Amino acid sequence: MSMRKVAVVGAGMTKFMRRALETGKELAWEAGKMALDSCNLTVNDIDSVVIGTAPDAFDMVHMKSEYLTDGCGAWRKPAMRGFVGGGTGVFSVCQGWYHIASGLFDTCLIIGEEKMSSCVPHPQGAFVTCWDQFTESPLGASLLWFFAWEMNRYMTVHGITEREIALVSVKNKRNALDHPCAQLASEITVDDVLNSEVMAWPVKRLDVSPTSDGAAALVLASENVARRITDKPVWIEGVGWCLDTMYVGQRDLYYPKYVEVAARMAYDMAGITEPSKEIHIAEPYDPFDYKELHHIEGLLLCDKGEAPKLLADGYFNRDGNLPASPSGGLLGVGNAIAASGVMKAAELFWQLRGEAGKRQVPGKPKKGVAQAWGDEMQVGTVVVLGI
Amino acid sequence: MSEKIKEWPGVALKDADIKEKKVLFTEWRPNLKYAWDTGVGYGRYFEGLRNGRIVGTRCNKCHRVLLPARAFCEWCFRTVDEWVYLKDTGTVNTFSIAYTGTQAERLKEPRIPALIEIDGSNGVGIMHLLGEVDPKNVKNGMRVKAVWKPKEQRQGAITDIKYWKPFEEGTR
Repeated sequence: MSMRKVAVVGAGMTKFMRRALETGKELAWEAGKMALDSCNLTVNDIDSVVIGTAPDAFDMVHMKSEYLTDGCGAWRKPAMRGFVGGGTGVFSVCQGWYHIASGLFDTCLIIGEEKMSSCVPHPQGAFVTCWDQFTESPLGASLLWFFAWEMNRYMTVHGITEREIALVSVKNKRNALDHPCAQLASEITVDDVLNSEVMAWPVKRLDVSPTSDGAAALVLASENVARRITDKPVWIEGVGWCLDTMYVGQRDLYYPKYVEVAARMAYDMAGITEPSKEIHIAEPYDPFDYKELHHIEGLLLCDKGEAPKLLADGYFNRDGNLPASPSGGLLGVGNAIAASGVMKAAELFWQLRGEAGKRQVPGKPKKGVAQAWGDEMQVGTVVVLGI
Repeated sequence: MSEKIKEWPGVALKDADIKEKKVLFTEWRPNLKYAWDTGVGYGRYFEGLRNGRIVGTRCNKCHRVLLPARAFCEWCFRTVDEWVYLKDTGTVNTFSIAYTGTQAERLKEPRIPALIEIDGSNGVGIMHLLGEVDPKNVKNGMRVKAVWKPKEQRQGAITDIKYWKPFEEGTR
């Protein structure tokens, strides 16, 4: 393909919090300013802006991304919003990539923002409109139903136990102890997860990530510009995204096929033929503990149904063969939806540059994959980063 | 850069900050109401439910039953060929025992939402609720049958089926 090489050259983020004092604009600005400062650029150096933010219903602000534009440094610039629900954060990176790969722009500021706490008493109420308004919402559907079905189906098909899955939550919340922006970092046990309140069996309270306010940002640049900005560009080697059927009863929930399709698109672009060997570090989307395992399988990092066994062997620990969610993920850092996807890509950026501090995975990783998931729970978005 | 930054932005509010009004906020409760037209495919599906029948459509190109009934096949991107009438029995593909409601409020009595593969659809599921069953006894693969509202109470909606209950083959 006659695409230009694209690098990530800067990153920033705010703390993730249950309820932030700052407005969405202020959060976006804090993350964006930090990302620009990190690579010694100013907003005047930015040619294009991508804004990632999830449902308007959280804020009930008309055209939420336009509302955020001043906080995103987007005025008098070509700016756009991409939106695929929970998959938005990583999708924004894909969009930023083609802004530059196409040759249209040399720099792009990507900002993922979420302020979920504005929706009271609980942002869960805003999710009701995710369901089909004719056949699903009238049943009094809660979005948790879907996750419970999927976890149940995943366990049933492969004979996996709740105990095996709970270990993801233990790992990620522990990893988050080393993340300065984490909302729910803690040292917990598998039994704590199993004994936590049943919300929608088999999903229990500690299987679930929190709702969060926060923002995260990346600065992208074309090859020539990137090399002037930094000695350590991190290349976006592949991007992929895929949307599957919205009819939930029409797909088998045991496996996220749409993640596989998106991953294959990204791996093909990156020239990766054996992801389980060539990927050194992964940030799979983990709003629920079972989802990390589900997504690791969809990302072709292990065989279907094998992820729990590898997890138990320590394979996905920060010092394991393939560290997964070394950031602490959504379970530990927080689930500020669109911001969390950008945070996952930012974590790869810091890890690949060897700048992740206490979170740094050993062995000088060279290639990482970040992924997000969402929409009507049928979208996969994937980026492969490398040095 | 992650390790070089000592102070990360963001001020987390506590519940007390809100309750004691230490911070200011503006509240609004929207008063919105919508009326969604059911359209061609779903219109016939809901008409079927009002009459106590589950209606799907068939695409003769991919030989698939589309359920709920729809006007076009999304894979073949063509008009569907015929209406099909399915039994009101099926098999539980997966389920949950839900103790939380739509606003994340806690429920004393759990609800049992399930994906039910409708007989005659080649495994296509619809989402609905199970009833007349102890949550402890619900199993994947369980056979279930629709429990309909009385005819005069039906409105042409998904809730015209009250729930699905376990049943033994050969019984009503």
